[in-house]
Amino acid sequence: MEFDPVTLARIQFAFTVSFHIIFPAFTIGLSAYIAVLLLMWMRTGQEKYHRLARFWTKIFAISFAMGVVSGIVLSYQFGTNWSRFSEFSGNVIGPLIGYEVLMAFYLEATFLGILLFGWNRLPPWLITLASVLVALGTATSAFWILSANSWMQTPAGHEVRDGIAYPVDWLRVIFNPSFPYRFAHMLNAAYLTTAAVVLAVGARYLLAGRHGEESRTMLRMAVGMIAVSAPLQLVIGDLHGLNTLEHQPVKVAAMEGHWSGEEPGHLVLFGLPDEEERTNHFEIAIPHLGSLILTHDWDGTYPGMADFPEDEWPPVVNVFFTFRLMVGIGLLLIATGFWGLYLWWRGRLFDNSLFLRTASYMWPLGFVAIVAGWFVTEQGRQPWLVHGLMRTVDGVSPVPGASVASTLALFVFIYGVVFTMGIFYINRLINRGPMGEAIEAAAGLPNRPMSAAEEAAREATGREPGEGPGRPLTAPKG
Amino acid sequence: MTAMEWYLPVIWAGLIGTAVAMYVILDGFDLGIAILFPFARREEERDVMMNSVAPFWDGNETWLVLGGGGLWVAFPLAYSIIMPALYLPVIGMLLALVFRGVAFEFRWIAKPRHRKWDIAFAGGSIIASFLQGVILGGLLQGVAVEDRQFAGGPFDWLTPFSIFVGLSVVTGYALLGATWLIMRTSGPVQDLGRRLAPTLLLVVMAAMVVISLWTPLAIDRVAERWFSTPNIFLLWPIPLAAVLVAYIVWRAIGQGREAVPFFGTIVLFLLGYAGLVISNVPYLVPPDLTFWDTAAAPASQIFFLMGTIFLLPLVLGYTAFVYWVFRGKIAPGEGYH
Repeated sequence: MEFDPVTLARIQFAFTVSFHIIFPAFTIGLSAYIAVLLLMWMRTGQEKYHRLARFWTKIFAISFAMGVVSGIVLSYQFGTNWSRFSEFSGNVIGPLIGYEVLMAFYLEATFLGILLFGWNRLPPWLITLASVLVALGTATSAFWILSANSWMQTPAGHEVRDGIAYPVDWLRVIFNPSFPYRFAHMLNAAYLTTAAVVLAVGARYLLAGRHGEESRTMLRMAVGMIAVSAPLQLVIGDLHGLNTLEHQPVKVAAMEGHWSGEEPGHLVLFGLPDEEERTNHFEIAIPHLGSLILTHDWDGTYPGMADFPEDEWPPVVNVFFTFRLMVGIGLLLIATGFWGLYLWWRGRLFDNSLFLRTASYMWPLGFVAIVAGWFVTEQGRQPWLVHGLMRTVDGVSPVPGASVASTLALFVFIYGVVFTMGIFYINRLINRGPMGEAIEAAAGLPNRPMSAAEEAAREATGREPGEGPGRPLTAPKG
Repeated sequence: MTAMEWYLPVIWAGLIGTAVAMYVILDGFDLGIAILFPFARREEERDVMMNSVAPFWDGNETWLVLGGGGLWVAFPLAYSIIMPALYLPVIGMLLALVFRGVAFEFRWIAKPRHRKWDIAFAGGSIIASFLQGVILGGLLQGVAVEDRQFAGGPFDWLTPFSIFVGLSVVTGYALLGATWLIMRTSGPVQDLGRRLAPTLLLVVMAAMVVISLWTPLAIDRVAERWFSTPNIFLLWPIPLAAVLVAYIVWRAIGQGREAVPFFGTIVLFLLGYAGLVISNVPYLVPPDLTFWDTAAAPASQIFFLMGTIFLLPLVLGYTAFVYWVFRGKIAPGEGYH
């Protein structure tokens, strides 16, 4: 059987990076949430903030571990799978990755040790400081990684000599045209996604009649955050789209399913793009709205797919659908934010069971939207690896397809097992809740339940300690 | 070549060499205690072993990212040749580290059904350590390069030599782990370290002797480096020092000293590392490509160096702070207090 090394390398990278992004997205948001909770605790002295911070720190620890192990893979995969790209771009984006490690990775990894284990050795203010540093580390990490990624989308500040890219102006490399938009979009996505998880967990507890005080706090904080960050995401996304139209118009044409640049663009709500016939089947569209959004002119025109040679086309169908998935979820979150805000205003946020039930299922939405968004921007960049400078087919390593195929199989199997278990364990921690044994154990070591009494109780009842007598949870995570 | 074009790659080789040494020592003892997991029979003992490194492992593993990332930044050509050449062991190592890393968290939440994570923790660490040795061996024995690209087969790295280096690294990390347990724990876990350390020390010394003889016999330039005059007169103290340090560690274990075995083992590692560096300088991708051949553009090396000068001491500072915060013994069942 013939293996195409380029396709396999792309599938492998797409697989590992899609898995990876879920965890940093969550830890960026969660570290900020934990830092806010600890700061609130320091300020108000209310114990609920402390309990919530300790609870979420445990979940953070699992996500962070999964983010670290899947992230280290990526830092080597540039070389193992994309060695020609690494050689081509190393001078320019290598240092950005290097700064990510030195400024961010060490900061988060080291101070996480304090946040997790320091409670009995250090004063609270120092732990709070550690949580702020971890949050700062995760956001800084995003800064550098997204700068490197954005350079691949909209390269600037470089020159190419003898097939190698050289830096000319570092500020222009780092703050390349798409970077500010991508950074804002991703950072806000991380906060929004985390808010949706916090909302779901709070709603889940309220439905089960557990942890009332903590749940109400979580719900209020999450609804407030979503009501602000979800509409904000729409604005940032719109600006990001205009930036893409300027620098990567073919990507926007694919996102919109826009074929002819002669005619004003419709806003295609649904359709089945057909690259052969250059049209959308079963199209439902709002005429001229695409033009209005992208050009701020009812009859404005912008390039369509037909304006570009076919060998520069991204895979239109994938870009088109993943874009709609992302935007659809974004709109759903905006609606959720306003719905929650309305209920809060009416004083019914905590007892409207339809809202709570809906909210309790919303935890995965942000993650799906993030992965979909990355599919839009990364597939939309194809066939380029570095837009306009290096094609994907030219960036791959001289490694036989069989090697890539066998490691891909290993990745799928191992990530499948490990990350399924990770989600299962996160769910178990959520089931235990912020007042259960999980918090008690943290007095010794976080997540570390081990007193003889608990052990005995566990063996005697065959039940997880901390599963109180309260009503059993209907666990949306299955 | 200007003076800057000469010095910058040398500085970067030194920095990345330091990062790799930091990784080997720091993650070495993390991996080491996991390699020794099968020797601890009771759950409580394993709890203590894992807790003794739990606050540090994330930071320790970051040196691996700096090693790999730094290689890409400072020597993109070396990175883009070494990674495809060692494709399978590199990916295998990273996947093994996935198991090791998540086991730190999963094992506690899975209790009482945590046995699979005991196996994942030990198995992942053993495989990762072995493959790190294989990668080292595969690099030392040389990589086929044509036209600035890897030009060999997918199993070029697989030789008796690389397998031997792999096994040596596993025992070396186990020795670091055993002496770490002597220093940081008490009771039965400390006894375990005391019981295993002397045997491991003997095996590690034997492995160092074999590698010290194997490399010059198999690779002419290594023989040339060590046994030509005047080098031989300058270099003989290194093996002598290794023997001396090994003897000190041996005696310290027997005398019941707690910190000396661990720090002595670190010195032993550094001497072995120095030996490998001396054998190979200035080659970064043996047998042909040097620091200078594979260096990034000076502008890139300077740009990252400027930040590193400030950031690396800061990283070392807060790393030291975390080790200081979590100093002292870990008692069974109580964790940190």
